[in-house]
Amino acid sequence: MKKLLLASTATAVMSTAAYADSVTLGVIVGFTGPIESLAPAMADGAEMAMAEVTESGNLLDGMSVTSVRADSTCIDSAAAQAAAERLITADGVDGIVGADCSGVTTSILSNVAVPNGMVMVSPSATSPALSSIEDSGLFFRTAPSDARQGQVMTDVIMDRGISEVAVTYTNNDYGQGLADSFAAAFEAAGGTVTLVSAHEDGRADYSAEVGSLASAGGDALVVAGYVDQGGSGIVQSALDSGAFDTFVFPDGMVSQALTDNFGSDIDGSFGQHPGTDSEGAEIYHGMAEAAGFDGTSPFSKESYDAAALIMLAMQAAGSTAPADYAAHIMDVANAPGEPIQPGELGRALELLAAGEDIDYQGASAVELIGPGESAGNYREISIEGGEIVTARYR
Amino acid sequence: MDFLNALVTLLNFVIIPATAYGAQLALGALGVTLIYGILRFSNFAHGDTMAFGAMVTILVTWFLQGAGVSLGPLPTALLALPVGIAATGLLLIGTDRAVYRFYRAQKAKPVIYVIASLGVMFIMNGIVRFIIGVDDQRFADGERFIISARTFREMTGLEEGLAFRTSQGITIVVAIIAVALLFWFLNRTRTGKSMRAFSDNEDLALLSGINPERVVLYTWLIVAALATTAGVLYGLDKSFKPFTYFQLLLPIFASAIVGGLGNPLGAILGGFVIAFSEITVTYAFRRVVSYLAPESWQPDGLLQLLSTDYKFAVSFAILLIVLLFRPTGIMKGKSI
Repeated sequence: MKKLLLASTATAVMSTAAYADSVTLGVIVGFTGPIESLAPAMADGAEMAMAEVTESGNLLDGMSVTSVRADSTCIDSAAAQAAAERLITADGVDGIVGADCSGVTTSILSNVAVPNGMVMVSPSATSPALSSIEDSGLFFRTAPSDARQGQVMTDVIMDRGISEVAVTYTNNDYGQGLADSFAAAFEAAGGTVTLVSAHEDGRADYSAEVGSLASAGGDALVVAGYVDQGGSGIVQSALDSGAFDTFVFPDGMVSQALTDNFGSDIDGSFGQHPGTDSEGAEIYHGMAEAAGFDGTSPFSKESYDAAALIMLAMQAAGSTAPADYAAHIMDVANAPGEPIQPGELGRALELLAAGEDIDYQGASAVELIGPGESAGNYREISIEGGEIVTARYR
Repeated sequence: MDFLNALVTLLNFVIIPATAYGAQLALGALGVTLIYGILRFSNFAHGDTMAFGAMVTILVTWFLQGAGVSLGPLPTALLALPVGIAATGLLLIGTDRAVYRFYRAQKAKPVIYVIASLGVMFIMNGIVRFIIGVDDQRFADGERFIISARTFREMTGLEEGLAFRTSQGITIVVAIIAVALLFWFLNRTRTGKSMRAFSDNEDLALLSGINPERVVLYTWLIVAALATTAGVLYGLDKSFKPFTYFQLLLPIFASAIVGGLGNPLGAILGGFVIAFSEITVTYAFRRVVSYLAPESWQPDGLLQLLSTDYKFAVSFAILLIVLLFRPTGIMKGKSI
């Protein structure tokens, strides 16, 4: 008994000692809730970056990095705030990777992170509202804002010589945010949006919605919905009534199910979704496979990059205090400097220690713009012969 | 030419869809009105009865498709329909034996029946979701179009296309046949006459030797046939999803009440009134007007009275207006 007590006291002392020269990062994603299937690969990605840095022993003279997980639930703001409070007050984290969904991210940021002066890097919150939120320079994201997708979609459509479109969106935050940002970008580029109208998911019949879209007219129909929900119903009804035969599909619609449903009926339609063919993505897939999880899972790459950016900024600032390193995140993410791929975090830390610049590319080809959000890389697709083919990357 | 284009647009987006939808509502409302007329209560389980019938038909259709049976250009579901009707008939008679007969023996008030039917609705709801799941099911096969928008444009050289789907054609034809059969049965056969007698005056009918249990049995069987047919046609034309059948309850009741509850002709009229107003009120008329109006009168707006989100509100509004001014419905029904 005495020995056991001694041993446990010794361990306690040792762990306290270890605490002093280690960095703790919080990973707050929705382990339960609507995106629970994505969360494990996101957390694994972030923790893989931490393990890589710990192993290299190059962070601020050999500090180790530990991860503390917390559940954001994706939808329950109260639970997410409580979890974030715990990370900061009880676990004493030095930075937060997260949160995931736009709603909880907003509430954690304004109610917990900003008051406590904590840095947050979200891998997956895409709401345009987060671009203009009051964040005291503490909030960054490795995911692009949906406003960016609106801009990219405008370019894709304009490049095909179409200047008049109608827009229908699924009636939720995602659909409305995307439709609004697209309509604004498209009109700014000199195009005409004949009608922006919502559709409800889960209806049996969309002929009335398509009727008013057809009446408004346009050369193509932008369907900002979900392929497993009302989006397909709209397309079906528009094809049946001959209202539109060219469609533009944003990320919620691009999937195998689309061509399974419609085959070559939608030939000549096109769209875009986040995606990159960068070298880093390939390397990351290999690393994830070796670590035993799926690196192609959405936002897993962005999570790795979010954790990596925090640690690189700490090295650049020479401090683990959020107030010190927050300002360095943009520096390490962007040019000029030595390009850094996933798996090269150890070398990046060395370069920074030697006072050199780095340009972190990472798994998702990171390029931070504006208020610290990813510029985003998109894969432009077109439908030919009933198949989705890659037109180019933007 | 412009006039033809306007007419085709109107046909394509208003008249054809509204006629098909009206026929589906009319078949549903006929079932509701028969139960109200003969059994004297509002059957809230009607939407889910339709879902049950459609579900059985879909399962049999899948079986037939698996066995390689098909009707050529027509959907296989038509072949499976009789099985669906039989299964729904058994379910309804079983429900009557287990639930409604008890209240009939007690001479319960109509409101008690209504609440009992609410319970039956939830049970049927559960059965359907349990067996086939909550998702969309596709079971339509055969030719999709009688005439597609593209062929119509090529044929006529008009700017506007006209699409007429097989399912819409079948809906209209089947609805006409079903209504004709129903009226022949009610007006020409002995059982039909005894049902009408029972509906008009229960005591007098009993005194003249009509067997009430027999009347009830036939009513449920006819209701099963109407509900299953309506459910399958709706599923073929739109899509099968248990929740949408539950939502159909509102326009169906609106149709039956607007037409005059207990009056079969009224139910048909009510179905079309509701369908046409739902669609015309939420349709944007800009395209049609732009063909007809002279250059300087071209409209800027969509010319849409209500956004399509308010579709269900239209049934409610018509229901309220009719009940305020003609409590017994457009055709004379029983007042409620």
